[in-house]
Amino acid sequence: MNASITPITMPKFGLAMTEGKLAGWMVRPGATVRAGDDLADIETSKITNAYESPAAGVLRRQVAQEGEMLAVGALIGVLADADTSDADIDAFIAQFNAEFSAGAAEEADDTPPEPRVMDVKGRSLRVLDIGHGEGDPIVLIHGFGGDIGNWLFNHAALAAGRRVIAFDLPGHGGSTKDVGPGSLEFFSSVVVDLLDTLGIERAHLVAHSLGGAVALATVKNAPSRVASLALLAPAGLGPDINMAFIDGFITADRQKTLIPALSYLVHDKGLIGRKMADDVLRYKRLDGAADALRHVAAANFTDGRQTDNLRPVLETAPPTLIIWGKDDEILPSSHAADLPDAITVEILPDTGHMPQMERSEAVNTKIRAFLSH
Amino acid sequence: MSKKSYRQAINEALRLEMRRDPRVIIMGEDVAGGQGGSSGVVDAWGGVLGVTKGLYTEFGPERVLDTPITEASYIGAAAGAAATGLRPVAELMFVDFVGCCLDQIMNQAAKFRYMFGGKARTPLVIRAMFGAGFNAAAQHSQALYPLFTHIPGLKVVVPSSPYEAKGLLIEAIRDDDPVIFLEHKVMYDDEEDVPDESYTIPFGEANLTREGDDVTIVAFGRMVKLANEAADKLERQGISCTVIDPRTTSPLDRDTILDCVADTGRLVIVDESSPRCNMAADVSALVAEEAFDALKAPIRRVIPPHTPVPFASVLEALYLPDAAKIEAAVKAVMNHKVTEAA
Repeated sequence: MNASITPITMPKFGLAMTEGKLAGWMVRPGATVRAGDDLADIETSKITNAYESPAAGVLRRQVAQEGEMLAVGALIGVLADADTSDADIDAFIAQFNAEFSAGAAEEADDTPPEPRVMDVKGRSLRVLDIGHGEGDPIVLIHGFGGDIGNWLFNHAALAAGRRVIAFDLPGHGGSTKDVGPGSLEFFSSVVVDLLDTLGIERAHLVAHSLGGAVALATVKNAPSRVASLALLAPAGLGPDINMAFIDGFITADRQKTLIPALSYLVHDKGLIGRKMADDVLRYKRLDGAADALRHVAAANFTDGRQTDNLRPVLETAPPTLIIWGKDDEILPSSHAADLPDAITVEILPDTGHMPQMERSEAVNTKIRAFLSH
Repeated sequence: MSKKSYRQAINEALRLEMRRDPRVIIMGEDVAGGQGGSSGVVDAWGGVLGVTKGLYTEFGPERVLDTPITEASYIGAAAGAAATGLRPVAELMFVDFVGCCLDQIMNQAAKFRYMFGGKARTPLVIRAMFGAGFNAAAQHSQALYPLFTHIPGLKVVVPSSPYEAKGLLIEAIRDDDPVIFLEHKVMYDDEEDVPDESYTIPFGEANLTREGDDVTIVAFGRMVKLANEAADKLERQGISCTVIDPRTTSPLDRDTILDCVADTGRLVIVDESSPRCNMAADVSALVAEEAFDALKAPIRRVIPPHTPVPFASVLEALYLPDAAKIEAAVKAVMNHKVTEAA
């Protein structure tokens, strides 16, 4: 078999992805590409993402048609030198497909890990617990209106050699819609309850937005339980908050009104698709979800300002990494200014409020490097 | 969350609402399934298509009422029970049987609120299966949603998938007006992800299953699925479609239809009900009146002929709209050339 041939296969964007749709080719057959060039748009049930070429070469074949839905790992195209013969390419495709369908039958029960709904001191929480390894586990805490899906591009990457737990905060996703007082104190007590229930003495908290403030409150209330903090665009470090997002997110009841609100979340507005809006609407339609959001917003963003100032917590916090998108339209990245010297602050250019989605590779790399120190 | 069939989604909606609200009861022929039969087996089937399976054993004979084969009596009883404080879900089995109880629906349930000066509420749901494609012949295959849509005072729901069915049925049960909830009999085994929790989808709010630039397709019930199949194929040929699932024919989300037609300038309507005075005619009139200037081509309707639904499977297939007919209609509106006046 010709060594210059590189198979282009359906990528796996995150844990739960089992199949993807080839939404559109961005390179014509016969065109030369470099490694890292965008080859195609791949649409998953969550998001549409550009698929970057794993190697340099000529795109000799588009095996998958636009609009075709294929299993992860299936052949979608073939990259090779210009002088590789068509016969070699045909032989490669035939052999790949034969091996792939044989392998697919073998791995039929290799289903993605499913979140489970568990009882945490009388509260039902949806938890996705994956990975094994030495060292303290990571707990991922999403932000206002989020859920475990916010970690789609991070969870598996961080779980290489480590236990990583994502969960839905009360009021969110598949967890109970009872948010108690809806305060940071309350949510941080839930984090500690979760650690107790899972038998975890100490964890690294990787937390986004309002979840960042929850993580800071957890350091304040239970410092011995937190090994380190990696905070992505965290709340709690300044008064400003984009209430047009909060109000729009709460009140929007159809795609048309929700998409403008969701667009505040990202720098590249093209990332906000109808599927993402539909996922959010599906959550918001659950009994009790809208009331929970209103309650949490009222408790934490009174009069259009952030209620709690958690800057003092950082004076004595465990090792802390802060990552912020420079173009964050929800919580300004200027909130990362004037923090204690011991804290590492990374401001990512061309990035909005969801760095873990918009710059997933960079965020994963930085968090892994931070935790390996 | 897990994959559930249309049948399971409807069953779960009934079960969750019966647990939540003791006023919710179920009535209908064979809803307890096999009850009273010579076998003595309780809840053997859960209705002719298994939709109410397990409800009799969980909620008992006081809340799951097997009725005699007399639609006029139990639909009338359900309307009365709704007006006096219960929230009945009455099952008509095949919607074609409405002929036996139309007075109870049209002249009683639909009129209570209006004729009692707004002082009466009638939180009644009538479930029934509809539609062709099952070789069930002319008396068991009709798509009668236009008949109900015609009657002020009724709300009419035609869910297009399992997710839609669960959320719309819970909304129907919590609604204080009579709701006709029509399940397409060919879809009972269709599966998709459906949350385990309760959720509601509001009435009168269309769902766009996809958005495109060239043609707007409005489709009802099972036709939404066929419209999406056609749109998938057309997309590969460079024609992009918006597909609108109105979800409810009454109320009808006029604004979404008009907005989309304003964007695309072309309209195809897919409706499997008999063509005279059906939803395709209704939506055509709306768009001709309100969005005439946006149209770049005449409106096309993908509809059956004005005949009873044939029994023979080849004729039934010929009768029904399908993805190929939708694709042809979309191409026809795309290829329309405006002829200059002489």
